[in-house]
Amino acid sequence: MDDPIPLSALQHFVFCPRQYALIHIEQVWTENEQTARGRGQHERAHGGGSEERDGVRTLRALPLVSREHGLFGVADVVELLPDGSPRPVEYKSGRAKSRLADEVQLCAQALCLEEMFSGSIPGGYIYHVASRKRREVTFTPELRAAVLAARDGIRELLRSRRLPEPAADDRCQLCSLYDECEPFAPRDFPAGYDPFETRPIP
Amino acid sequence: MRHLLNTLYVQTQGSYLRLENDNVRVDVDGEFKTRLPLHHLDGIVVFGNVLLSPYLIQKLGRSHKPVTWLTEWGQFTARSETPVSGNVLLRVAQHACTCDAARTLAVARFIAAGKLQNQKTTLLRSAREAAGEDAPALRQAARDINAQIAVLPLAETVDEVRGIEGTAARSYFEVFSLMLRANRDFFWLGERTRRPARDPINAVLNYVYTLLAGECASACQAVGLDPQIGFLHALRPGRQSLALDLMEELRPVVADRAVVTLINRQQLTPRDFILHEGRTVTLTEDGRRTILKHLQERKGEEVYHPITGRKTPIGLIPHVQARLLAQHLRGDRPHYPPYLHR
Ligand code: SF4
Repeated sequence: MDDPIPLSALQHFVFCPRQYALIHIEQVWTENEQTARGRGQHERAHGGGSEERDGVRTLRALPLVSREHGLFGVADVVELLPDGSPRPVEYKSGRAKSRLADEVQLCAQALCLEEMFSGSIPGGYIYHVASRKRREVTFTPELRAAVLAARDGIRELLRSRRLPEPAADDRCQLCSLYDECEPFAPRDFPAGYDPFETRPIP
Repeated sequence: MRHLLNTLYVQTQGSYLRLENDNVRVDVDGEFKTRLPLHHLDGIVVFGNVLLSPYLIQKLGRSHKPVTWLTEWGQFTARSETPVSGNVLLRVAQHACTCDAARTLAVARFIAAGKLQNQKTTLLRSAREAAGEDAPALRQAARDINAQIAVLPLAETVDEVRGIEGTAARSYFEVFSLMLRANRDFFWLGERTRRPARDPINAVLNYVYTLLAGECASACQAVGLDPQIGFLHALRPGRQSLALDLMEELRPVVADRAVVTLINRQQLTPRDFILHEGRTVTLTEDGRRTILKHLQERKGEEVYHPITGRKTPIGLIPHVQARLLAQHLRGDRPHYPPYLHR
C-alpha cells in the first residue's frame, strides 16, 4: 500500500509541483518555510482542545486521517454543529497564494472528516485573519476529484523521484522557495560564463 | 530566502555558554561576558576548552544551527548534526556520482577550473596594485595558470586534474609573497607546509583554511550533502573531502585575499606570531582574533554571482555553491558551475 500523504503536501503540490518536490522530496529548507511551520506547530501544541459557543463546539489541532483516500494531517479548526456534524475551517494568515490550493487543502480535510465522523460534509470555510472574513467553500465533485488528482500526482512524483521543471510564471513571485528554486536562472551556463576561458594576459 | 547570519566564534578558554531565554549567554570564569540573540546566529564554533550547556546544544540543534568543535588551534574535531541535514535521495545521487568516473571527472574539472580562474583573478588584481618588478612577475604567474586552465579539459582522470592543479598551485605560491607590501622580510613564503607551519604565512593560511573548510562543511550539511564524499579530493577516513572541494574555488578570493589584506594593512604584524624552537610557527591569540574579526566583516561584503545573477554576501557563497552542486547531482543542472570571482 502507498504511504499516506500529508495534507500540507497537497496544498504545496496544487500551488506548484516543483514547490512540493523541493519541500517534501528535496527537503530544501528556508527560514520562511521553517519558521512558518515551526510557528504553526507551536500554536497547535498550545491551542489544542475545544470550546463551545452558541451550540457550536470548536475543536483545535484535530488529528485527521483517511484510510480510504490515504491522507493524514492536522486541522487547525473544526467546528462541530449542534447536530454533531463537522465543518472544517482553514485559517489563512498571509496573502492568499492560490485560491485553488487553499480549497483543495480544505476539501482534503473534509474527506478525512467524512470518514472519521461517517457522514457527508457539503462545505467548509476559509477564514482570512487579516480581513477577519470567512468565505464558504462548497465541496463540489470537481473539487473532490482535484484532491485525489493531487494525491495521485504526489504519489507519482514520489515514485519517480523526479524534480519537476520550474513553473517560471506569476506564482514564483509569491513563492518562499524562490532563491532555492531559481525558476528563471539558466539551467546550464549563462552567456559569458566559461570556467575554461583563457583570455590572453597583456 | 536564506539570510546571512552571524557565526559565533568562541576561543577564550574556559568560556561557558548557556541558553538564557532566547539568547546565548557567554560567561568566562563565572563572569558575564556577552549575550546574543539566538535568531541572529546561524551556528556556533568553539575552540578548545569551551563548555556548552545541554539545553543550548539541544536548542541549537532544533533550530538547525550546528555547533562546530575545533581544537584550541583550530583543527576540526566534531560538528553537531541537525534534523534538517538529511535528504537521503540527494545523498544517494551524490554517492552514485562518485561511483561514476566520467561524472566525477567532470565535476572535479569544473572545481579545479574555478580555483585556477580565481587564483588568476587574485594575482591580476595584485598586479594592478603592485609596483616595480612585482607586477610583471605576478602577471607571468597568471599566464602560467592560464596554460594550466587550457589543459584542464584534456585531463582524462581525476589524478591528472590534481596534477594540473598542483602545477598551478606551485606557480601561484611562488609569487604569493609578491602580493604583500608590508613586512616582506618577515612574511616570506618558502613552500606550503601544513601542520606544523614552518613560517608565518603558512601559519595564517592554515588557520584561515580551517575556518573556511568549516563553513563549507556546514554549507554541505545545510543543503543535505555528505561533506565526506568529495570529487576532486580523494576519499580518506576523517577527511571532509567535499567540504575541501567546495573550498578550492574560494581559497584564492576569500582566504588568500584576506591574508594579503591583513598583512598589507599591517593589521597582522610579526607581533602576532610565536616563533618556536626548531622552526615552527603559531599564531598568538590576538592574531587569531584579528583574523576572525576580518573574516566576519568580509562575510557581509556583497559580490556578484555569475550563475544566479544576483548580489550575494560572500558568507553565503559556500551555501550557494553547495546548492548548485546538489542541483547538478539531482539532475536539475547539466553541469556543476564553479563560482568565478570578478
Ligand atoms: S519559485 Fe516558482 S517554480 Fe519554483 S517552486 Fe516556487 S512557484 Fe514553483
